[in-house]
Amino acid sequence: MRRPSVTLLADGHRLHLHDGPIDLVIAAYGTDDAIRAAYDAAVRRFTGLLDELVEELPLLRTRAREGGPSLSGAVARRMQAAVVPFADACFISPMAAVAGAVADEVLGAMHGAAPLARAYVNNGGDIALHLQRGESFDLGLVDRPDQPSLFARARIAAHDPSRGIATSGWRGRSFSLGIADAVTVLAASAVQADAAATIIANAVDLPDHPAIARAPASSIKPDNDLGDIPVTRGVGPLTPREVARAIEHGLAFSRTLRERGLIHAAAIHLKGETRVLVADAVDARPAGPRAIGTEFALVDGAAEARQ
Amino acid sequence: MLEAAPTPSAGDKIRCDACPVLCYIRDGQTGACDRYANDGGKLTRVDPHVLLNRTLSQGGTVVPFAAGKEWDGKILHGPEMFVTAIGAGTTYPDYKPAPFIVSAEVDGVDMVTVVTEGIFSYCGAKVKIDTDRHLGRECATVRRKGEAVGHVTTAEYGSQVLAVGGVSHLTGGSKHEGRVTCETMLHLCNGEPVELAIDDGATVVVQAGQAPIVNGGREERMRVGCGSATIGIFARQWFGKIDDVVVVDDHITGVLSEHQAGKFLGVKETGIKIKGRRSTPGRYFKVAEPGTGWGGTNVSDPLSIIGPFDKARAWPGLRLLMVSTTGEHFGYFELDEALQPVERELPATLSESVARIKENCEPSLSSVLFMAGAGGSLRAGVTENPVRLTRSVKDSFTCVTSGGAPVYVWPGGGITFMVDVTRMPEASFGYVPTPAIVAPIEFTLRLSDYAALGGHMNEVRPAARLIDDEHREIAPRSNNPWPFMMPGWRARR
Repeated sequence: MRRPSVTLLADGHRLHLHDGPIDLVIAAYGTDDAIRAAYDAAVRRFTGLLDELVEELPLLRTRAREGGPSLSGAVARRMQAAVVPFADACFISPMAAVAGAVADEVLGAMHGAAPLARAYVNNGGDIALHLQRGESFDLGLVDRPDQPSLFARARIAAHDPSRGIATSGWRGRSFSLGIADAVTVLAASAVQADAAATIIANAVDLPDHPAIARAPASSIKPDNDLGDIPVTRGVGPLTPREVARAIEHGLAFSRTLRERGLIHAAAIHLKGETRVLVADAVDARPAGPRAIGTEFALVDGAAEARQ
Repeated sequence: MLEAAPTPSAGDKIRCDACPVLCYIRDGQTGACDRYANDGGKLTRVDPHVLLNRTLSQGGTVVPFAAGKEWDGKILHGPEMFVTAIGAGTTYPDYKPAPFIVSAEVDGVDMVTVVTEGIFSYCGAKVKIDTDRHLGRECATVRRKGEAVGHVTTAEYGSQVLAVGGVSHLTGGSKHEGRVTCETMLHLCNGEPVELAIDDGATVVVQAGQAPIVNGGREERMRVGCGSATIGIFARQWFGKIDDVVVVDDHITGVLSEHQAGKFLGVKETGIKIKGRRSTPGRYFKVAEPGTGWGGTNVSDPLSIIGPFDKARAWPGLRLLMVSTTGEHFGYFELDEALQPVERELPATLSESVARIKENCEPSLSSVLFMAGAGGSLRAGVTENPVRLTRSVKDSFTCVTSGGAPVYVWPGGGITFMVDVTRMPEASFGYVPTPAIVAPIEFTLRLSDYAALGGHMNEVRPAARLIDDEHREIAPRSNNPWPFMMPGWRARR
């Protein structure tokens, strides 16, 4: 069996696991024994996980549909379950949720192995959280995945329902059909957040706009699950009205997902404009006094930050 | 970069077999991992540099500025605190930034991305070892634990210099070579002793700020000068007390009676004959091979470098002093009736001058300069317009420090700097498994200048707000200028 690379980061606490295209940054908080047991469990679960996925890769890259062929791997099944709710409306393959699914799977192995106060598994920005009663995580939101700076902060406490966070956008590592710089989603699990962020980011769009450069996914990565579907490669200047319109598309779509119980909150960022669809339980607020020059207002149940 | 043989390709695609995903990769693109790329048909590993750089460019958070509670736009405001980059952290290897930042370490926000510790693949340590002893030929490989970690570079006056580290050992060789090189640099830069073996040369233990240990022997002193210079310095003190002096040196061996300094004083010819190549009168190259004996030569018996005395000029009873450039080795001889030198006890009148040679030799030290280049993307962590940062540094509007220590910034492009590691706080250096060295780098400039060069203004926060965070306070080093008052640094008018 190939062994993944296992290292502690320079802080001596966070664990870094790497295998092929997967990088996990993991932290567990609890007694020393519990942390050790959790990290051991994470390594054990991670070992061979990529091979499981590769075994079913052709199916994982195929458009998902209700009642489609069943998958055998635990992670593959998580992926499939997360994307099926969207499968009627658009093209989506289980691969859209691979990062979140891996995060959830490894986190599950960790808190199954030891009592932890809190823990997270960060799979390249798609994060699975574990929170014991009374615990919380403070989160900072960034606008552009390729150039993060905090634009808002939030706190997820144990009594909040969200345990997954994911971000998608055309500047990120995966392709997007839309033009959002970043769509960040809170959902019950990382895999659900991952699938929803992908689909909301696709919805933030201005079809046929001349300033948007697109290219078939296969012309860039030949074996991508999106095949010949055009993906966003560049976004030129847009008027404020166009930006608002694109964001509103995404926001409206997010509301339907929230009503269906698929997500709890979403933040959409495009060209410096941010709209946040707030979950009742999530305290989204601006990055505070250090975000110099940021106005912040609550508009129509959505928080809007303007820079 | 590591290259592998191209794998069976389809059109302009190649198939990567680095992991089970087996991506097809088009020319100029990376695989699913962003670590392997198709570079003109060659499968090329890019992560040591490219991903790293991307991480740095992604890290939008800048060096926190030390300001008082109320920022008045002046950098010289109540500078009670200067925040170094040590421990600021980077997100590598979570190179795709965490969009939500989760941890509990900085400012109540978890998992914060702060790029003020640079990750340097292009970096090395220049190690100056004060000794005249031959450590190894120029260009000879320097090894640690059997791995090549550097080479012998040009010698300097009284010192041998090693170049340790560098990108080709870090990432251009085997994994083990990279790891050992990284560890060697880390230890050297953090001021720990490191044993280095030079091919066909010496084994030396170096530690920044400490005497080097060459082949198990601790070096005490640097030579006062080359043999010729030593003659020049001491000729007047020897005149009248001795007939001839030979200062044995690996570079230039000096002879008092032939040397211009001796001639000037009227020292009589002695008929001495030195083996080796005469340069100018009284100055000889290559009297012996380099080594760890007298004056950096392989000489243990000084008489081995002199031939028979000229019978027409020498005389019985002629007094000869032979001494090394550090005064550590010396011998006093008198010629017998057959004009053969016979060793005698050094007269008190001469032991004083030998002691003075010793006294004028400075203590031998190993010194370590860390040298690295802040690449385009590290600069992008500071400003959206990286070249402006370079210009600002070159124009002295921006002061660069490393762990609060002053640096020398090389002329020319980029921000390539050198810093004396002994002026930095303890344990300033770290590493990432790439492998690469993590070193602190701080850019200090006026807030208004920072805005002018396209800085990430919404990331600026007053230093006072950092107090709540986990941090370590250290007293400034007394020999370092305060970063806000660095000589040469000026504010933009």
